[in-house]
Amino acid sequence: MFEFSSIEQYHARLNEGKATCLQAVEHYLQQIEARQRLNAFIEVYAEEALEKARELDKKRTRGDRIGKLHGVVIGLKDVLCYKDHKLSASSAILKNFTAVYSSTAVKRLIAEEAIIIGSCNCDEFAMGSTNENSVYGKVLNAQDETRVPGGSSGGSAVAVQAGLCMISLGSDTGGSVRQPADFCGIVGLKPTYGRISRYGLIAYASSFDQIGIFGTTIPDVASALEVISGHDEYDSTVSSKPTEAYSELSSSKKKYRIAYFNEALEHPSIDPEISSAIKGILGELKNNGHEVSPVEFDLMDYVVPAYYVLSTAEASSNLSRYDGVKYGHRTHQKGIDLTEFYKQSRSEGFGKEVKRRIMLGTFVLSSGYYDAYFTRAQKVRSLLTKKIQLIFNDFDFILLPTSPATAFKAGEKTSDPIAMYLADIYTVMANLAGIPAISIPLFKHSNGMPFGLQAMSNRFNELPLLRFSDELMQDYRKHP
Amino acid sequence: MSEINSYEIVIGLEVHAQLLTKSKLFCGDSIAFGAEPNTHVSPITLAHPGTLPKMNKKAIEFAVRMGLACHCEIEQHNYFARKNYFYPDLPKGYQVSQHTTPICKGGIVTIKTASGNKNIRLNRIHMEEDAGKSLHDVDADNTCIDYNRAGTPLLEIVTEPDIRSADEAFAYVSEIRKLVRYLEICDGNMEEGSLRCDANVSVRKKGEIKLGTRVEVKNLNSIRNVKRAIEFEAKRLTGLLEKGEPVIQQTRSFDADNGTTFAIRDKEDADDYRYFADPDLTPFQLDDHFIETIRSAIPALPDERIKKYIEQYKLPEYDAQVLTEEKEVSDYFEKIVQHTSNYKAASNWLLGPVKSWLNENAKEISDFPLQPEKLAALIKLVDSGKVNFSVASTRLFSYVLNDPSKDPEKIAKEQNLVQQSDTSVLEPVIDRVLEKYADKVAEYKKGKKGLLSLFVGEVMKQSKGQADPKITSEMILKKLSA
Repeated sequence: MFEFSSIEQYHARLNEGKATCLQAVEHYLQQIEARQRLNAFIEVYAEEALEKARELDKKRTRGDRIGKLHGVVIGLKDVLCYKDHKLSASSAILKNFTAVYSSTAVKRLIAEEAIIIGSCNCDEFAMGSTNENSVYGKVLNAQDETRVPGGSSGGSAVAVQAGLCMISLGSDTGGSVRQPADFCGIVGLKPTYGRISRYGLIAYASSFDQIGIFGTTIPDVASALEVISGHDEYDSTVSSKPTEAYSELSSSKKKYRIAYFNEALEHPSIDPEISSAIKGILGELKNNGHEVSPVEFDLMDYVVPAYYVLSTAEASSNLSRYDGVKYGHRTHQKGIDLTEFYKQSRSEGFGKEVKRRIMLGTFVLSSGYYDAYFTRAQKVRSLLTKKIQLIFNDFDFILLPTSPATAFKAGEKTSDPIAMYLADIYTVMANLAGIPAISIPLFKHSNGMPFGLQAMSNRFNELPLLRFSDELMQDYRKHP
Repeated sequence: MSEINSYEIVIGLEVHAQLLTKSKLFCGDSIAFGAEPNTHVSPITLAHPGTLPKMNKKAIEFAVRMGLACHCEIEQHNYFARKNYFYPDLPKGYQVSQHTTPICKGGIVTIKTASGNKNIRLNRIHMEEDAGKSLHDVDADNTCIDYNRAGTPLLEIVTEPDIRSADEAFAYVSEIRKLVRYLEICDGNMEEGSLRCDANVSVRKKGEIKLGTRVEVKNLNSIRNVKRAIEFEAKRLTGLLEKGEPVIQQTRSFDADNGTTFAIRDKEDADDYRYFADPDLTPFQLDDHFIETIRSAIPALPDERIKKYIEQYKLPEYDAQVLTEEKEVSDYFEKIVQHTSNYKAASNWLLGPVKSWLNENAKEISDFPLQPEKLAALIKLVDSGKVNFSVASTRLFSYVLNDPSKDPEKIAKEQNLVQQSDTSVLEPVIDRVLEKYADKVAEYKKGKKGLLSLFVGEVMKQSKGQADPKITSEMILKKLSA
């Protein structure tokens, strides 16, 4: 029986000859098969994965140097290009589309000998907080199948939560990695904007999108980050700052300066149990000698509106390319003029939430409304970024809840999109400011569902953020 | 007629110049003209999911080069915006453009008009990407699209409404074409679409300050057609005003077959392109050093060369103008004069025998087989009196062209084309001629001095063109006055 607890342990067992990559892949294929009803995977690359595992086992037994992610079994959110594999962003408009190139992140995973096991379900074009907006149907939370896994990277989160792969990649535009990680009780990291190349990541909102990583341990997430981050000539927004050895997490036992916002913990929308659990951790950290201070934060009510104005504006433009002309879904109606052709193809291809956001984004960019919405939201963004920078002049980390509530019941929020958007209150901040943020699974709610603590650091300070997160996982976890 | 003359035509031109970069504005695809449809189309050009633009730095350099040549102010802080609209030839559903923040602001282009030089003010020059091409005549039922051109870097050069006639528009576009060719940033080929022009035309009563309602005329694929379209449009608009009919703000297309324009669409409402800064491209800064490096590398432009040719080389203005019409011709001229200081002779050679040869053979100066120093050697042969110009420019020239690597003087000797200036050789020939024409000699002596040329000509003939006409003439004069 194959068991996985961390990449380090897995590699040790491989080296000792107590496990093989083939056993790992066979194990995960069985698990995926057994847990099909969770609907976490859209497509499973069984034959390819088995083939790759055999090849890696041969290579390793020959004694060749092995890659950093040798034999690590990985799921990919269906927004990441993987050459010659289907890619749809869970949308009917891209059904049967095949990627003709691989994203930079996927290329780097493969170069370090990872095994891609399949593509994971998600909200259509990464728009959603419950993974209920998918042309392939909703994804179930493995902890409680009546609940959602969160979104938009719900399939990737459940794949790790339910033990269907070792780690997975998602994308995080406003919390789409951290929130499902929170709902599923796993680790979810959104790195600094510009840390990982976006080349080959289907764009939702270009100035917010960042590839994120799911795992069960901090070192596993750190190992993947180390491999996929760094300069890429195909993305001019990616940083040329050298990457660090993120997987070297040796605890420093440093005393940190930690900020928190009372405006967040006392927000009317937050579940009191979540609020008190986080206050409890803040108290423990203080008792252990860390400097823990409240910081005034008066922008709490503006972050969600600013985020939705700016992200939908970019989305309305980014999704224009799906027009039925070059690839993807094209209406079968004949004898219609060009405008009708666009309307039909796009109306048939896009789902409800995507249409809503395209309409919203088009509206906020329209002349007459531009200044009232788009320009103002940009001002909020720049105010927020300045404020966050000021905080990081004095503090190492900001601690926040990841979500104001634990996983919703399926269907609970679908009729009220505004309520759904407002639940992003704690996650959109990091995307607006471009800073790294992580959801760390420390807690269990009395309703039986897990939830996490969100930690944020200054731009490109992933290494201290991961070290601190690892300490929290080791010393502050409230459930086994 | 007096009625017509009381109107004034106001024209603004938008010229799109396709930049001579090797690859597209935001990806590595080639921009070569004439390839099979859809062969220069990477996933980036086709706007596949997940693709991102990467900036072609050469395009920035070219834009700055043009801006400096037109005396524009160069914007140091730049970004690209998205212009959002749907059209099948626009793969991303938006065009990446500097429409909102041009890299070059203001500026001046000087044109030559019948009444002297005139400065046309520029509004701006900005970079943008081209769209693909819709082909409506390839398939009976479908429109086909060729994306080869999509993403090609363009410079859009926009004037203020300073142009007042079709002739001025003609002169302006000619000047722009000359400039981009001198700067080597665009081949200026209007037939292949590397240089395209849209004209904004309006008409108003002379003395009126307010501009009339304008129409935009597109599809002007030659400089002549720019002129024809404006002439037609000016007549049409004046006619409307004369009849008291309103001018509708329209986009019109020029039909080169019958020289008329027709409406494509009304522009009652301004389109809403929802511009915003492209988040996929980081803003770029141009520092002083970058700009100065480009400035120092700009070749001498036509005006500067004309001035030099007239003032320094003492050439007539006509020669200077014609020599600078094309950069390659001017460059060739400058290479000749590195080897000879007979500037006028160099000009005569280029504008005479060389140009005729190029015309007869339908070739460009770049195809001309003779190196400039060989042409300078021909000039020296004439100057030294070894070969006379008429022999050099006809017989010797064609021998030299047949064997361009060989020394022209050597060829002249081999072909017996070197002039005879040895008096002892010429003397008996002259004596023979004077003897033969004794009656004419008598007439000459009576005062018919014009007969001298007859004697010289006869000596030339008998010497098979080798006699040096100057020396021959002197010798005959001496003999006749003896």
